[in-house]
Amino acid sequence: MNANDFKSNDPIAWCPGCGDFGIVNALKKSLVKLDKKPHEILLVSGIGQAAKLPHYINANCFNGLHGRALPAAAGAKIANRDLTVIVTTGDGDCYGEGGNHFLHNIRRNCDITVVVCDNQIYGLTKGQASPTTDTGYATKVQVNGVILEPFHPLAAAIALGCGFVARGFSGDPEHLSELIAEGVRHKGFALIDVLQPCVTFNKKNTHDWYSKRVYKLDKTYDPLDRTAAYAKAEEWGERIPLGIIYQKDRPCYEQLSGIDTALPLCRNCSPVDISGLLSDFE
Amino acid sequence: MVEFSVKICGEAGQGTQTIGNALCLAFKNSGYHVFAIQDFMSRIRGGNNFFQLRASHQPVSCPRRLSRLIITLDKASPRIHAASLEPGGVIIADCKKFLLDANQPGIFDVPLYTIAAGFGDEMYINSAAAGIAAYICALGLPALGAVFNKIFSAKGGEITAKNCQAAEAGYKYAAANFKGQRFDCAPSAAGKYLLNGNDAIALAAIRAGCKFYTAYPMSPSTGIMTTIAEYASRCGILVEQAEDEIAAVNMAIGASFAGARAMAATSGGGFMLMMEGVSLAGMTETPLVVADIQRPAPATGFPTRTEQADLDFLLSAGHGEFARLIFTPGTPQEAFALTLKAFDLAEKYQIPAFILSDQYLADSYCDAAELDFQSPVEKRRIISFEESATVNNYKRYCLTDSGISPQAVPGWIKEAIYADSDEHTPEGHITEDAAIRVQMVEKRLYKKMAGLTREIVAPTAFSLDGADIVLVGFGSTYGLLRELSLASGKRKIGAVHLSQAWPFPSEIMAGLLKGHKRIFTLENNAGAQLAKLLRRETGITAEGSILKFDGRPFSMEDAQEKIPE
Repeated sequence: MNANDFKSNDPIAWCPGCGDFGIVNALKKSLVKLDKKPHEILLVSGIGQAAKLPHYINANCFNGLHGRALPAAAGAKIANRDLTVIVTTGDGDCYGEGGNHFLHNIRRNCDITVVVCDNQIYGLTKGQASPTTDTGYATKVQVNGVILEPFHPLAAAIALGCGFVARGFSGDPEHLSELIAEGVRHKGFALIDVLQPCVTFNKKNTHDWYSKRVYKLDKTYDPLDRTAAYAKAEEWGERIPLGIIYQKDRPCYEQLSGIDTALPLCRNCSPVDISGLLSDFE
Repeated sequence: MVEFSVKICGEAGQGTQTIGNALCLAFKNSGYHVFAIQDFMSRIRGGNNFFQLRASHQPVSCPRRLSRLIITLDKASPRIHAASLEPGGVIIADCKKFLLDANQPGIFDVPLYTIAAGFGDEMYINSAAAGIAAYICALGLPALGAVFNKIFSAKGGEITAKNCQAAEAGYKYAAANFKGQRFDCAPSAAGKYLLNGNDAIALAAIRAGCKFYTAYPMSPSTGIMTTIAEYASRCGILVEQAEDEIAAVNMAIGASFAGARAMAATSGGGFMLMMEGVSLAGMTETPLVVADIQRPAPATGFPTRTEQADLDFLLSAGHGEFARLIFTPGTPQEAFALTLKAFDLAEKYQIPAFILSDQYLADSYCDAAELDFQSPVEKRRIISFEESATVNNYKRYCLTDSGISPQAVPGWIKEAIYADSDEHTPEGHITEDAAIRVQMVEKRLYKKMAGLTREIVAPTAFSLDGADIVLVGFGSTYGLLRELSLASGKRKIGAVHLSQAWPFPSEIMAGLLKGHKRIFTLENNAGAQLAKLLRRETGITAEGSILKFDGRPFSMEDAQEKIPE
């Protein structure tokens, strides 16, 4: 397999220069690294620019509702555990509209990988603040600047016990592809928050703005140290860390529920003889 | 018809349901047909609940207003329920404990609390009372003992033994002290099973091969989840309690897209949260089965009571236009058959299919025959695992005459499958093309509706020939309509029961109602929703509607009083 095997013929509808281009390329590279075939992958998305991404890859796609990518992905993984399920979502989709599912799917810990294309703004609805927009940033709705504290997805995920918490950057697809591949290899819910510019609506957090600040965590950083991970997760401003911020092995949903060793549910939906059950109703 | 009703009343937590269920089983095993309703408050302890069963030597399917025997377990019950005693009936009460005059007519004074104390705990009053009922109803102690041994078995030998002993003590007390006439109506043969509407839906889902059930607990739908959960490991089913109904419906859709048979159930408020998901299933053409077990609304309403007011809501649930199926089963037997059918048709047409039940049907028990569970189960409609190997150039939404594009399972075929909530091309990619839009709307709405309309479940007609008045109802009023049409009276009553509300059986209804001048709908709602639907779909205007919206089901007498002269 090479990146061309994952090439889709669907014309791309993103703005020229969008950070999503880097992310789709990184995702294709990671699938090559993982030695996956297109039909073995299921990409699930909600709504937003990031949610269009599955159409631009030759792999199975379920593009559902705004905010609801995670429950659809969890349901698909539970039903058909042989699929490699990757969610491509955005800061509004995952942290705003789908916030409750974000909390509970980290708890549920299905073996899915969640790539959040975090451009710190709402693109598709034309430039309103997202949950991760920096305080003070003015939009047509938040006319005097955002007055709320941004949501901290990485710190929240660590607090919730997420077993794989990483941050990537659309401007470094090679590094990002490694992170995604690692996320897929991780057995359980893997969160990769990807910083990306919105060339049309986010005039503050641009490609250059990120490029000047991001740095890669080196080998001296220990992602198994939860306390250190909190500190890293909150590092923002002049220096922004990239890489695996926190990692912890814990049993995933498929293991805990026992479906990992049974025939996949989707293969097992033939009619069931209930005569033995009916005797309980005699 | 020789029959009687028994009502068991007490506070939540006193075990009215336990002995109600036990007496139902004992009556059934003794050959009585039974029908029982549960009336309980939205609280865990206290208040006043009752379990009312009707036993007969003929099939029975709706409650009567009056009971011949009323068992009271708490002080408040004799006062609350005295008015529902049949003339000549008996109220069992612990007069000393409840500070009642034991010489009142109709009272059979039993020291229930003293008997229970003999076994070391007040909780045994219900079993002692069941023993008394077994004597008065001429059931015999062994019939009750056999049931007690079965239902208490999970609680261990000591608890089972004490309950049996308390029942025996009650039975013996009644044998020595009850001076009235015992009931005995020489029963014939009843059905083998006893189950309620929720049990029937759960068993059908298991039978249909549903392997993923997801829901957020909500009365009165939760029983479906607990029954499926009880058998989940035996049947290889995964039951997942979702964080909310939005997650439940989206998980079910994800599972169904990925090839598994999936289901969710809820009540009106939860269904409201699922509506966007319903629309998603319509758009992505993903099979989805959802049961709405109605309770009185708006908002929180009466959490544990009954109503049929979600009909309008389900007809238009989910934004936009797409084909759907709404079954409105009238009995547990029908709920079983139609849930099976819902799984099949949801998969065949790749649509959302709804089972519209309510608390009354969900919690009402009746006896059922073995034959009632032998409905045929169709084979799955998706491209099978074996067939998948030969699939080429797959298009998820390819255009066909039937509007149905074969459903492939991701991972089974060697190509990518694209499904989208945006308007999409036959390949499943997002499009804004006007011509494709028209083709896709026609596919999802017109073509699928045409197919569904060809396989409508016909309404059931009762005694329409020469009827002076025809009653039309849907869902849980089946038994009532049947019995009203059988009852003798000044006017000859005919009835029609709809087991399917959508697609509406317009032609069949027009045929059945032709020539009938006096048509009334009978509905457990305030808005006469069925009357409006009937007029909209057939042009037939009902003369009026017999409505009940106090959160309680119609008794036979409630309905008879409201039928116009």
